[in-house]
Amino acid sequence: MIHFEKRLNPSRITTVVTPIIAVILTMIAGGIMFAALGKPPLEAIRIIFWDPLFDPNFASYSRPQLLVKAGPLILIAIGLSIGFKAGIWNIGAEGQYILGAVFGAAVALAAYPADSVLLFPAMVVAGAFGGWLWAMIPAILRTKFNTNEILVSLMLVYVAESILASVAQGLLKNPEGYGFPGSRNLQQYPSAFNAEVIANSGMHWGVISAFIAVIFAYVMMTRHIRGFEVRLMGEAPKAARFSGVSTTRLVVFCLGISGALAGLAGMFEVSGPSGQITIDFNSGYGFTAIIVAFLGRLHPIGILLAGLLMALTYIGGELAQLMLGLPGASIQLFQGMLLLFLLATDIFTNYRIRIGGSN
Amino acid sequence: MKLKSILTSAIAAVALGTAAIAADIKVGFVYVGPVGDGGWTYEHDQGRKAVVEAFGDRVETIYQESVPEGADSERVMTQMALQGADLIFTTSFGYMDPTINVAKKFPNVKFEHATGYKRADNVSTYSARFYEGRAVQGHIAGKMTKTNKIGYIGSFPIPEVIRGINSAYIHAKKVNPDVEFNIVWAYTWFDPAKEADAANALIEQGCDVVLQHTDSTAPQAAAEKAGNVITFGQASDMAEFGPLPRVSSIIDDWGPYYVARTQAVLDGTWTSMDTWDGIGPGMVKIGEISSAVPADIKAEAEALRDALGSGEYHAFTGPLNKQDGTPWLAAGETADDGTLAGMNFYVEGLTGTIPQ
Repeated sequence: MIHFEKRLNPSRITTVVTPIIAVILTMIAGGIMFAALGKPPLEAIRIIFWDPLFDPNFASYSRPQLLVKAGPLILIAIGLSIGFKAGIWNIGAEGQYILGAVFGAAVALAAYPADSVLLFPAMVVAGAFGGWLWAMIPAILRTKFNTNEILVSLMLVYVAESILASVAQGLLKNPEGYGFPGSRNLQQYPSAFNAEVIANSGMHWGVISAFIAVIFAYVMMTRHIRGFEVRLMGEAPKAARFSGVSTTRLVVFCLGISGALAGLAGMFEVSGPSGQITIDFNSGYGFTAIIVAFLGRLHPIGILLAGLLMALTYIGGELAQLMLGLPGASIQLFQGMLLLFLLATDIFTNYRIRIGGSN
Repeated sequence: MKLKSILTSAIAAVALGTAAIAADIKVGFVYVGPVGDGGWTYEHDQGRKAVVEAFGDRVETIYQESVPEGADSERVMTQMALQGADLIFTTSFGYMDPTINVAKKFPNVKFEHATGYKRADNVSTYSARFYEGRAVQGHIAGKMTKTNKIGYIGSFPIPEVIRGINSAYIHAKKVNPDVEFNIVWAYTWFDPAKEADAANALIEQGCDVVLQHTDSTAPQAAAEKAGNVITFGQASDMAEFGPLPRVSSIIDDWGPYYVARTQAVLDGTWTSMDTWDGIGPGMVKIGEISSAVPADIKAEAEALRDALGSGEYHAFTGPLNKQDGTPWLAAGETADDGTLAGMNFYVEGLTGTIPQ
């Protein structure tokens, strides 16, 4: 008989080793799938994991793109992880991301074509505020009326999408766009453009903010009383209440910070890589970030690595589609396998296998 | 001076010579949906296959499916260009600014953007006059409806879609003055679940004809299940749903255009241009009108199709008023392409407002 036996303390070694095992398992299972599709499995895996980083033809372009893709994922996931640690479930980061982008772009477009160094900082504030505001709806409903923040924040994503569609065709529509929906392109508005800080590095302000957020979250969760309260709330809610931690304040804090960071991510995206408010500006970063948060085991450094790994599978996956003509769905399947194996091997952090009788 | 010009022509000749020897070119396609959507992207991929068939080993094609509009598409196009693509077709309206951005970085790569309006020295635009097909659909729909309620699943309220609604309505109304249009906006090009919901909502409201400007076959399946509802294939023939509910279709045929443009790159004659072709040149086709349509209606619809194709009839011919009653086209006057390209109003008789 094979049993799982709970470890007294989570194993540190397995925490580090399991992700590597998961990647290897994904390569094996994915390789079998690619072979079944009649494509060379080793080449496919090399293209996904190696070429974006080291191929002489693509790497100089795709390495910076990794940061562009990972930046918003990390920024949002850091915010979400704080709430998740406390058992506060913000599932609606996608909506907060949209509102941040809309608020940030609205400030820029209202000022158009004024030239000022203050414009971009104002957009940053507006973006964070937009995301925060959208997250305050589930926060207030939860604290005043005890509604479920999972449902409320998720449903507000669809409201946010409708707002986005509406402003893309009305309020923020490009007056020189021949009646087509979509705002002016902020990439062509120097004061508002979230350009790369170092040319061709992929490092725009959103990526820098993501790194700052990682450090900030790490310090807060390990050194600050608020981080302690968050962890206490998640691990022992009753004890937290007895020790005087205010649930209300913590809900508002956790939803507020995750909303503000998601809003920032949206703002940096709309003013940088994307450039435009369009009807379907959002492309799922808010939802993917939930996966990134759990993939990173809700730990800031883990999230940083998980965000980069997700970005790698996206970009490598695109390359594999192009070079080998793999179907898009097989790449999604491959990403799904990676997540499955990562989460499945997680069990070995808290449990060990025992072979033999139970006692 | 003379020496210089001799030198330049020599260099040009050498360049041309190498181009002729290295006959192989690479053509890339960026798709917004999966190639198996059975609609919009499927037809673009058929166009790609036509290129493969026409040129064989001389041309290599690459494609990427389900590419989100915005920053992701810019990366995909860049990777295609880095991989050595000489010609890239970007097949969705939302790829417009990304296409322009990437084209700037790769001046030697030719780009073709579908349904947009921004061009550059190395960016052409192309689109099909789908509204001509809508006229034929409207005619059949107006004749076939018994409840006089026609449902319309809109994707996004952009000029292309509004043009289709207007054209279908004008021609339905012409043969059936009592006809009413119910329009639902799905805010997606391809989402089977949302499209099915929209179709079911329209059927529940009593619509016995459902027109769609979304790309999946979900509305066809919903109509088949409900029974007594007719539909039209969108972008692709969707013949597997015939003879009922699918009674006809608008088919986008990109193949000839893609072959011609690839040929132009091979010949070195490619130039930036704007193409807007309809039934006449064959970019828009009307799918087989099924046996569920009475013979006389079928004959009328085919006559309308042929008149549109030969240019003797324009789908927007006056007298036509705008929704608010202001005159738009006088009797016998036809709409100009500029107005059609930016169409953001309903014609008189349509109810509801265009979402703003």
